[in-house]
Amino acid sequence: MAGVRLIDVKEEILADNTKQAAAIREDLRRKKTMLVNLMSSPGSGKTSLILRTLDALKGSIKTGVIEADIESTVDAEKVAARGIPAIQLRTGGFCHLDATMVTQGLNALTEHDLDLIIIENVGNLVCPAEFDTGAHKNVMILSVPEGDDKPLKYPLMFSICDLLFINKVDYLALSDFDMSALRQRVLSLNPRIVILEVSCKTGEGIEAWISWLKGEIDAFRQNK
Amino acid sequence: MHELPIIESILNIVLKHAQTNNARKVISVHMEIGKLSELEDDWLQRYFDYLSKGTIAEGAKLKIERTPIMMQCDACSVSYEVEMSQMGNLLCPACGTNRGKLLSGKNYYIKSMEVQ
Ligand SMILES: Nc1nc2c(ncn2[C@@H]2O[C@H](COP(=O)(O)OP(=O)(O)OP(=O)(O)O)[C@@H](O)[C@H]2O)c(=O)[nH]1
Ligand SMILES: [Mg+2]
Ligand SMILES: [Zn+2]
Repeated sequence: MAGVRLIDVKEEILADNTKQAAAIREDLRRKKTMLVNLMSSPGSGKTSLILRTLDALKGSIKTGVIEADIESTVDAEKVAARGIPAIQLRTGGFCHLDATMVTQGLNALTEHDLDLIIIENVGNLVCPAEFDTGAHKNVMILSVPEGDDKPLKYPLMFSICDLLFINKVDYLALSDFDMSALRQRVLSLNPRIVILEVSCKTGEGIEAWISWLKGEIDAFRQNK
Repeated sequence: MHELPIIESILNIVLKHAQTNNARKVISVHMEIGKLSELEDDWLQRYFDYLSKGTIAEGAKLKIERTPIMMQCDACSVSYEVEMSQMGNLLCPACGTNRGKLLSGKNYYIKSMEVQ
């Protein structure tokens, strides 16, 4: 073909999101607000875990929540019923939150001067793993009924998280979920991940989570 | 899936470079996408065709190279390539340790493009 030229582009496709996410992290560091991004499949227990966390932190850590839901506002309403500042982001059918959407949520929470903000990301193990939200810590839930093979199917999600909850352990007795195989698979991808077995129904394991979280908040405040 | 936001970014970058290079038409776009990405070439092309309608990038072919997933051994620090199907079952080829950290495999990068 006449006059075809090859030109160099050399650009990261997600560079804008990466930059925005870094700006969020910086800004919140100055404000001493730690941002935690919570991810999982639909129904694994994100909202239940957030409610447990809010109850445990009440009076000690000022917490706010950013809820991402494709359409509904039910999760945000449950949080707001606890008297906690909650922002509902309409993701308009998007499968994940990006740093720009998170910025909108953060702007709406600024006036509350919070110690901790938890993002309930869109229920999905694929897309949220690819978009940096600007969070200081990424945590995820795998619930027992989903099965112990999920790290094989969604390795990226498991490799980017700082902590993994195995939720609904109250179902363990009824299932063939192999906890040691699961741990092996996850640690092979991400040796430094913290794995906590919890039940949002019985409250088992929640204390361990709260003590991890408080430790991280302390370290964050001391800029470590 | 998030083809749409990814394709939007790709199109913005492509059109920006086309403009600064005084191109009349974009023929193809050469990209690198990590093997950890779930996005399929066919679907990316379809979304691209859809979003690029009426721009000078309409009709451009996406040429996608899949770049390897690289792990670094937790014990001996050797880096090695793995396939998606092996990710839950790692073994360092140098020392046999089954733990490693992800080095690369989730990149989205535009290398170059052909224009007229
Ligand atoms: N048995 C049992 N049920 C649980 C546990 N945690 C959550 N559930 C139940 O699981 C269902 C889904 O929990 P949610 O907390 O709404 O899950 P989610 O991840 O926020 O769901 P989406 O926002 O719709 O993606 C609810 O009926 C919870 O009561 C648990 O540890 N054990
Ligand atoms: Mg929820
Ligand atoms: Zn090794």
